[in-house]
Amino acid sequence: MGSPLVEPRAPDDTSPETSGLVMIVTMGVIGLISAVLIVGAYRSTLETIKENKAAFLEKSVFEVLPGTARKITFGANGEELREMGEDEPREFSYHAGYNASGELTGIAIVTEGQGFADTLRILYGYSLECHCIVGMKVLDSRETPGLGDKIMTDPAFRANFDALDVSLNDEGKEIRNPIVLVKPRQKTDPWQIEAISGATISSRAIADMLTASTARSIPFVEQHLAIFKAGGKHGE
Amino acid sequence: MANDTATATPDIAIAATSARDENLEALTRGIWRENPVFVMLLGNCPTLAVTNSVINSLAMGLATTFVLVMSCMIVAMIRDFVPKEVRIACYILVIATFVTIVDYLLQAISFDVHRALGAFISLIVVNCIILGRAEAFASKNSVLKSSLDALGFGIGFTLACLFMGVVREVIGAGSFAGIPLFGPDFAGWSIMILPGGAFFVLGSWLLLFNWLAARRKRRPA
Repeated sequence: MGSPLVEPRAPDDTSPETSGLVMIVTMGVIGLISAVLIVGAYRSTLETIKENKAAFLEKSVFEVLPGTARKITFGANGEELREMGEDEPREFSYHAGYNASGELTGIAIVTEGQGFADTLRILYGYSLECHCIVGMKVLDSRETPGLGDKIMTDPAFRANFDALDVSLNDEGKEIRNPIVLVKPRQKTDPWQIEAISGATISSRAIADMLTASTARSIPFVEQHLAIFKAGGKHGE
Repeated sequence: MANDTATATPDIAIAATSARDENLEALTRGIWRENPVFVMLLGNCPTLAVTNSVINSLAMGLATTFVLVMSCMIVAMIRDFVPKEVRIACYILVIATFVTIVDYLLQAISFDVHRALGAFISLIVVNCIILGRAEAFASKNSVLKSSLDALGFGIGFTLACLFMGVVREVIGAGSFAGIPLFGPDFAGWSIMILPGGAFFVLGSWLLLFNWLAARRKRRPA
């Protein structure tokens, strides 16, 4: 109890100054060992993390598309759209949800963009019945705890995505009313998203991501509905 | 000469006992007497932010303990080779390496818990308990003693997180580690799960710890 735990060391102030080369070499060696350890950990956990992420994505698709019992992932390259495996290269992914009788419930789409702290990755569900977004889930976020991360927890913000209008114009090529962000308690139209007070940048990031993604994806989805619907039948 | 030999054996025995006592002391003091959260008030950011459930508290405690023990072990190993001018940068590099590893491990073991802890896993890098123990203890002591010290402080931090998490989850959500305790009619005191509740619970624990310390001082030896 009584003996000192911190053993005295010779005072450093009197020791001669270390050369810059020694400092660089020391940090370089430690950095190299760190890199090897990190790569080892990454490689050994990669497969399990991939499986966990796939299971999480499937669960998330069921959440953003109510009534979904099964999902099929389609990949798009240019105008080509077909069912694709996990590792096949594609420009965009579309996760089609089907109910127990194989009918299409909607399409879940992943999009990402710059948040306040880092890249935000979200999943939203597009319903074919109301032509609106019926659910949004944040998949990856490093937003400020207690502020920006309210995009995941704030009930008022989440209510924006119960029926967010993204219907197409008469030509079926553009969103009639692109999504816009409004200040808290100033939402008047179904295509508006109410920002979170104190987390405006994160709210704007979500709105901008959805605006860009829906402008590209919703017309594509509507044009390829037959392929999505057929997937539910032959996948049974 | 014979007299010298006779006194040498008890000296070795005393030194061994003393070393064992020091190791035991290094292990135990961080758990209670110098608890990093309730006594030294270190690492309050994750303590307040992620202790809204027992599982999150346990995961954060174990992740921090892993980083603490591994970092202090390595810092103690390299302490004689690292120039003093770059020692803090080297310690941070070591700590960041183990934080990255624990981040991957947690993603592989429990993706849900990893998501619940969010940015706080990465923020273990700047948890002052870790750099504090590396600089104040591991950089001046042996590998064994530094590892025991780090383990003690890690256990102390985990216990503190659990003390917070149990109170907050039981009162706030009416459950323990997700298992409902009071039936479906229980209306949780949800402020306890919110950040305000964390300050309230931490304050209450600090009050209790200070009261116990004051009572111990008053008690005659």
